[in-house]
Amino acid sequence: MQTIFATPEQGKEPTQQKSDMKILVCISKTPDTTAKIAFTDNNTKFSGDGVQWIINPYDEWYSLVRAIELKEADPSVTIHLITVGGADCEPIIRKALALGGDEAFRIQCEENDSYVVAMQIASFAKSGQYDLIFTGKETIDYNGSSIGAMVSAALDLPFVSHATKFQLNGNNALVTREIEGGEEICSAALPLIVSCQKGMAEQRIPNMKGIMGARTKPLKTIEAESHQAQTSISNFDLPPAKAGVKLISPEQPEELIRLLQEEAKAI
Amino acid sequence: MNILVYIELNEGKLKKAAFEAACYGGDLAKQTGSTANAIVFGETNEDLSTLGAYGISNVYHVINSATYSFDARAFSKMIAEVVQKQSSDILIFSNTITGKSIAPQLSVMLKAGLVTGAIELPKTSNGFTVKKSVFSGKAFSEINILTEKKIIALQPNSYNVSKGEGSAQVQSMETSSPEVKVKVESVQKVSGEVSLTEADIVVSGGRGLKGPENWGLVTELAQLLGAATACSRPVADVHWRPHHEHVGQTGIAIAPNLYIAIGISGAIQHLAGVNRSKTIVVINKDPEAPFFKAADYGIVGDAFEVVPKMIEAVKKIKQQA
Ligand SMILES: Cc1cc2nc3c(=O)[nH]c(=O)nc-3n(C[C@H](O)[C@H](O)[C@H](O)COP(=O)(O)OP(=O)(O)OC[C@H]3O[C@@H](n4cnc5c(N)ncnc54)[C@H](O)[C@@H]3O)c2cc1C
Ligand SMILES: Nc1ncnc2c1ncn2[C@@H]1O[C@H](COP(=O)(O)O)[C@@H](O)[C@H]1O
Repeated sequence: MQTIFATPEQGKEPTQQKSDMKILVCISKTPDTTAKIAFTDNNTKFSGDGVQWIINPYDEWYSLVRAIELKEADPSVTIHLITVGGADCEPIIRKALALGGDEAFRIQCEENDSYVVAMQIASFAKSGQYDLIFTGKETIDYNGSSIGAMVSAALDLPFVSHATKFQLNGNNALVTREIEGGEEICSAALPLIVSCQKGMAEQRIPNMKGIMGARTKPLKTIEAESHQAQTSISNFDLPPAKAGVKLISPEQPEELIRLLQEEAKAI
Repeated sequence: MNILVYIELNEGKLKKAAFEAACYGGDLAKQTGSTANAIVFGETNEDLSTLGAYGISNVYHVINSATYSFDARAFSKMIAEVVQKQSSDILIFSNTITGKSIAPQLSVMLKAGLVTGAIELPKTSNGFTVKKSVFSGKAFSEINILTEKKIIALQPNSYNVSKGEGSAQVQSMETSSPEVKVKVESVQKVSGEVSLTEADIVVSGGRGLKGPENWGLVTELAQLLGAATACSRPVADVHWRPHHEHVGQTGIAIAPNLYIAIGISGAIQHLAGVNRSKTIVVINKDPEAPFFKAADYGIVGDAFEVVPKMIEAVKKIKQQA
């Protein structure tokens, strides 16, 4: 296959990082991307019936793997995983541990309101004195895109969002982030919060050794702090079905263009 | 009530999303019998008083050393100061990369409930509920904001821009200049490209195009239509196209007026990110491709034959125009 855009080579070369670094990776659970989206309780709750739960892809593919790469480059790194949610999050966090990470923490709390979730993470992170906090760019269920920035405000720590590359040089991070219509490279001293997306790392599959090892890694449950929710879900609904496709003969693409201009008024 | 709209500049220019946010704020002001003001950071050659035609009464323009490059934390602190000074109750942002990295910070700093990705004006008759798309476009949800102060980040391409009359009062405003901890070292812009989330038209290619050497079909059609280009995930994964073009559930979610999908099968994860497009056109040689179920117009045919003819047809109508 021909490659016209360079593959990220990061992770392979050793980064010069400060030793004994502590990284916190935020892990959330989401329905599998093929899950049927349906609601119960008068359309006020997502129906988990028959739904397969997965690690939010941004957390699994990018932020966790990049943290693991940093540890591979320097074994003195400690990786902690945190999830805020009920006991049903445990299979997800075990799977994350199977990919890598030293220890996991679950804060027992309903995860209905981003603010409450962020406050739990912030207070946990504060006591852990982390050098780096990684989140995904967003969860693929509620598409909040909020937790990283909220934690940054709660802890008054610098925040870089939508990171596509991450390098360390001593106590300094060099982060490439997406901006509208391009990319920007920025630098910041640790401690730092980074929200991660595609480019940061390449997806990995847990191996047998990882899966076996994850069974004995510590997973601690912590009681939530009490915080007042700022929002509540009022209801859900599904988009209206499409009316049906209008097919145009492959011999007459100009007819399609005419319809787009005159009927759809789209061009 | 007092509404404050954060207006984004891109290289000193007002962005399309900024006009959408201004109109949204202006319309919300009308709905609630209040005023909408705007805040702009950094140098610009634009005449900011024109925001008045979109519903804005006063523009507070802040220029200091912290506004020259983007540090989310520093920007949030400055906005919080303006909110305090103006006693604003409702903040409006664009749900862009910038908006997403500052609106949630203000939510914490001001104890103001936040909804990101709003697609409609809030319902304010009984409480305050904001509609957003969830599950990457597979569903919608209405969210109640329970706090006194409220923040909404408006999804780009979701709110109509209408220009009226009027001119806004522009005044420069001082804030403290917070320490900039995230320093921008270099910027790489793909020049001349239409931004994907703001584009009216998006032309997108999938694995059906066989290889990057055939992308001229997509880019030429896009250029003729003034469209942005996008791709399916596997195409970005094998680096035929850059990552930032990847749309779908694990890429960028878009809602253009017109989405043209060429050689894309229409997997559920792809549809999730594009099904809020107003009109969807699918070119695929397989009549069973699931994308046709989500399409408004379709051609069952070989892209290598169909697309060049589409390009010719567009050229013709552009010549007539
Ligand atoms: C967790 C998860 C997340 C995912 N997230 C995303 C996402 O965000 N975005 C995304 O796009 N995908 C995503 N995917 C992948 C998705 O499931 C599909 O595999 C992908 O969208 C398929 O890409 P494609 O349509 O380009 O390729 P294919 O499925 O291979 O389809 C190619 C299509 O081209 C047609 N074709 C072939 N030759 C021609 C020709 N000459 N002319 C016209 N048509 C032709 C074929 O009939 C076929 O329909 C995700 C998958 C998973 C598991
Ligand atoms: N319940 C949770 N527990 C731990 N981390 C979370 C949780 N929800 C979200 N996150 C993290 O925050 C990121 C952004 O989520 P969101 O702001 O909800 O879109 C996710 O990718 C996770 O890294």
